[in-house]
Amino acid sequence: MLYEYLIAPFADFGFMRRALVASLALSIGGSAIGVFLILRRMSLMGDALAHSLLPGAAMGFLIGGLSLPAMSLGGFIAGVATALLSGVIARFSSMREDASFAAAYLTAMALGVLIVSLRGSAVDLMNILFGAILAVDEGALVLVVSTATVTLIGLAAIYRPLVVECFNPGFLAAMGVRGSLYHYLFLSLAVLNMVAGFQALGTLMALGLILLPAVASSFWAREVWSMSLVAAPMAFASAAIGLLVSFHAGLPSGPVIVLFASCFFLLSLLFGSRASVRARLSRPVHLRG
Amino acid sequence: MNAALRLTDLTVSYDRHPAVHHVSAEIPAGEMTAIVGPNGAGKSTLLKALIGLAPQVEGRIECTAKRIAYLPQQAEIDRSFPISVLDTVLLGRWSRFGGFGAAKPVDLHDASHAIESVGLSGFERRPIDTLSVGQFQRVLFARLLLQDADLVLLDEPFAAIDSKTVADLMVVIRRWREEKRTVVAVLHDFDQVRRDFPHALLLARELVDAGPTSRVLSSENLLRARAMAEAWDDHAGACDVPLRLSA
Repeated sequence: MLYEYLIAPFADFGFMRRALVASLALSIGGSAIGVFLILRRMSLMGDALAHSLLPGAAMGFLIGGLSLPAMSLGGFIAGVATALLSGVIARFSSMREDASFAAAYLTAMALGVLIVSLRGSAVDLMNILFGAILAVDEGALVLVVSTATVTLIGLAAIYRPLVVECFNPGFLAAMGVRGSLYHYLFLSLAVLNMVAGFQALGTLMALGLILLPAVASSFWAREVWSMSLVAAPMAFASAAIGLLVSFHAGLPSGPVIVLFASCFFLLSLLFGSRASVRARLSRPVHLRG
Repeated sequence: MNAALRLTDLTVSYDRHPAVHHVSAEIPAGEMTAIVGPNGAGKSTLLKALIGLAPQVEGRIECTAKRIAYLPQQAEIDRSFPISVLDTVLLGRWSRFGGFGAAKPVDLHDASHAIESVGLSGFERRPIDTLSVGQFQRVLFARLLLQDADLVLLDEPFAAIDSKTVADLMVVIRRWREEKRTVVAVLHDFDQVRRDFPHALLLARELVDAGPTSRVLSSENLLRARAMAEAWDDHAGACDVPLRLSA
């Protein structure tokens, strides 16, 4: 009975197995990225960045059809270009970076939808916007797993400068370190993860598995590394549960996975060990000193 | 006089509007110098120019110090960031291990010694978002201690800090002077400047006076500084004082 519900879908169907492995890799790399996005107060900018993959992916689609390498490469180029452009615009004008991000992503979304409609059908557009985790093939799996590897190694390498750049950028500058270099290295890693998430969850929700578990983890842990450690299992659990539920109920998998990630966020918000609703309401006895 | 810093015709501007205007002055080595002046007089901007954080700098800065440590205003630091006291203090050794090297046992030993000497023993593992403003300032001083700099720049080190903490931190600053380090602090409390800082530099965008504190903080000078218009003239023409030097 339990076997039938929990194990059989993965044992019997290759596409479910590949989806599970892909979401494991996404969870491990993405959640660390998510933690940094939150700490840099860039959650919404990250979301804008994910949307801006669309025209690139659409160009890839126009040239190569529904081919993952072409669309991924296009998406990566579009994402990095958006990040760089917004940074440059913010630096050379008095515009704030969040405003320039918003401008860039609205432009990108409009352009992307237009490009897809030039050749594709409504189904293609749905695929690009919302992804299809059950369509993950060997090639996509290699892409997602390599992304997770590059992300973890990359983050480990730039960890210290990145942390200092987050909380005291002036100190880095006084030490003669160019903080913006690490900012952009981090942004490219973030774009890389969004590209990896794009096949599974689409450009609209690619950030779901990255950001929601990270937000949830902030109710449990209070150092960068421990937040990442809490976030990754939550991301993977939402993916695994989401896959099973969507399989049995015949629902689209992407939104179900993201909704389960939202459940983890809500539960953490209510019952987390720090700054949660429970911690606020329980009025623990105060200590002596 | 042996100068740690020599400024020649220094102008620092934001959006072409000068915050520091044609300032020439010397700051004596191994001494404690206070930078005073009304709000908007360019005090913080001057410090930022010294460490290369200011956008547009003209004129010349000559500095004999090899290592400079800088205490920013607390508003420039994200105090809600999840990082521990020990990790924050250890950053003072950045010049030794940079962004990628490992902290050695001696660094850890020095860090806990520094934390102890600012009176925060036992706080090593505490996240910084649980500290009060005064405690956090002690953490930043511990980080300065670890930087082992011959020129220490302090931007409003005692803003919103209680007298006990000020007294404790002044002990640290005086020890720097005994160790022949140059200390430059932006301060607002004239009584404290008169008491503790033998040298002063009075700024009102332009230099009002620099030298021994008793002379610089004369009522006449202070009146002149106060009369400085805090003006940002949108229609200001280009400055017609010729630049004698360019950076």
